[in-house]
Amino acid sequence: MRKKLGIAALLAATAALVAPGVASAAELDEVAGSLAERTSELNMVWVGVACVLVFLMQCGFMFLEIGFSRQKNVGTGVAKILINFAIATIAWWAVGYGIAEGGGNDFFGDSGFFFHFDQVVAGEAVTGESAMLMLYGMAFCAVSLAIVWGTTLERIKFGAYVIYAAVFGAIIYPLVAHAVWGGGLLGDIGGKPVMDFAGSSVVHLTGAVGALAALLLLGPRIGKYDASGKPRAIPGHSMPLVGLGVIILWVGWFGFNGGSTFEATGNFFGEVMLNTQLAAAAGVIGASIAIYLKSQTLDVGMAGNGAIAGLVGITAPSGFVEYWAAPIIGIIAGFLVVFAVLAIDKLVDDPVGALSAHGLAGIWGTLAVGIFASPRLIAEGAAPGIWYGIFDGNVTFGGTLGQLGVQGLAVAFTFVVVFAISIVTFAIIKGTIGLRVPPEEEDAGLDISSHGMYGYPEVFIPQPEYSTGLPSTMVGGVAPAASPSQMTATETE
Amino acid sequence: MKKIEAFIRHEAFEPIRAELLDKGFPSLSIIEAKGSGRQKGIVERYRGSTLTVNVRPKLKLEVVVEDKDQSVVVETILKHARTGEVGDGKIFVLPVEEAIRIRTGEGGKEVLQLHEGSDIPG
Repeated sequence: MRKKLGIAALLAATAALVAPGVASAAELDEVAGSLAERTSELNMVWVGVACVLVFLMQCGFMFLEIGFSRQKNVGTGVAKILINFAIATIAWWAVGYGIAEGGGNDFFGDSGFFFHFDQVVAGEAVTGESAMLMLYGMAFCAVSLAIVWGTTLERIKFGAYVIYAAVFGAIIYPLVAHAVWGGGLLGDIGGKPVMDFAGSSVVHLTGAVGALAALLLLGPRIGKYDASGKPRAIPGHSMPLVGLGVIILWVGWFGFNGGSTFEATGNFFGEVMLNTQLAAAAGVIGASIAIYLKSQTLDVGMAGNGAIAGLVGITAPSGFVEYWAAPIIGIIAGFLVVFAVLAIDKLVDDPVGALSAHGLAGIWGTLAVGIFASPRLIAEGAAPGIWYGIFDGNVTFGGTLGQLGVQGLAVAFTFVVVFAISIVTFAIIKGTIGLRVPPEEEDAGLDISSHGMYGYPEVFIPQPEYSTGLPSTMVGGVAPAASPSQMTATETE
Repeated sequence: MKKIEAFIRHEAFEPIRAELLDKGFPSLSIIEAKGSGRQKGIVERYRGSTLTVNVRPKLKLEVVVEDKDQSVVVETILKHARTGEVGDGKIFVLPVEEAIRIRTGEGGKEVLQLHEGSDIPG
């Protein structure tokens, strides 16, 4: 109620100020300036909300990965998320933001390092608005980094997280973000920009390629493949935690895609959020149908992977496609993720399906923009999707086909840059401190071997070590009740 | 004294426990067991891969009674644990040398189950 009155008062004041005939030119300038300030404030409130939602996705990744791990590797998942989040934050503030958003040349920015007040970043003085947008970028960098570790669960050395997180937050993610969003190489290819609304390639493919580099040097978990090389299931310990993680990620994604409008005014974020929801839903349906057709059971984890794949798929197109296209993008992502998980499982050990859900769905989402982008919504200079080109006879390299090619170029660029730097970084880690824990530590679990404690102590430490806390008067002397139904506590002597 | 060990289905336990209590045998233990027998294991499907679990969960029921009560307990278990399908389980009867109540240190068959006139039943 108070909020409504506030806005009404503001509108009344504005109306009085802009009333024709009474306002001088100076007064009109003042009003315009004031409106621009209010608009910025309103927009940044939305970006602030969206930013918090994206930070919440860390919690989603944490529960998803812990649910897909065994009980001996749960505490390490918590420590990993916290340490990565922290290191990526400092790296982004000190170096990463400057490379990503600091103007500069086609390849990297050159201002905004150690972001502070009285600083000029890409030709503009630092304000509260730039701080908000810088923080929002940090949230994206942290999401991209969190994706990397999905393939490495249950066997990686903790030190690898620390080193790679610094490189990733300072260099790898910023280079890709600069190329697409920071005015870099992919912002103008023959006049056409890459259209990646919220980061199917910039964020998700980047994370998945890092994950691939780590996995290639890390190898599978002990027991993942039998003597003949056939993959065996190593079931994660908690599908409820997986579900919690998926839903938290899903909710966070409204900030991820919706906030990428960078504005509340115009209400465009509503369109983006609706697209996001439609694709996520279709992803669940697509993956559920695919796994049911394949194995005649509805795999719980696969339904979750479907939701993530649908969301990753719609991340790039969410601001460029009409509502009808969103479920198509989502359902294809859902089918894709299931068959990709089954195929990849035969070759490499990816416990959560990060390569499929973030990598292949990320590629699909980036290309889907080139297929479905609506003429109503496309970026300046871009061509609409090839779907529209077919009806308009516009399938040329100067038109829609060219745009699809540009989208493909973004995929290739992301893959090459991220893979090259990541594989070198992980190779250095492997050659120095080592990438993988010894087999006996893997067998004991990373919780006790890397952290000296269990995530679930009662599961591993014999029960008599703990008192039940019941006073002795309650433990003894309870007579058995006359009828079985009244006997709630069975007593043995 | 005899110890009766029965490997049973989980769902058979509650009717057995209720009837044994009714007949004056409140003292028993159960242990969550996993084992294999004529019944096959379980095939678990997980993310498109399969995992064969060769042992199934069962309950192991343990009751120690006087020799004369053996048939009552066995009959009760048979009555409730039998479905006629493979996987109903097995009963083993073992001799027991000694029984001692920890609270008082007294021994003998009096400590085994509920006896008329005892102060603290069970």
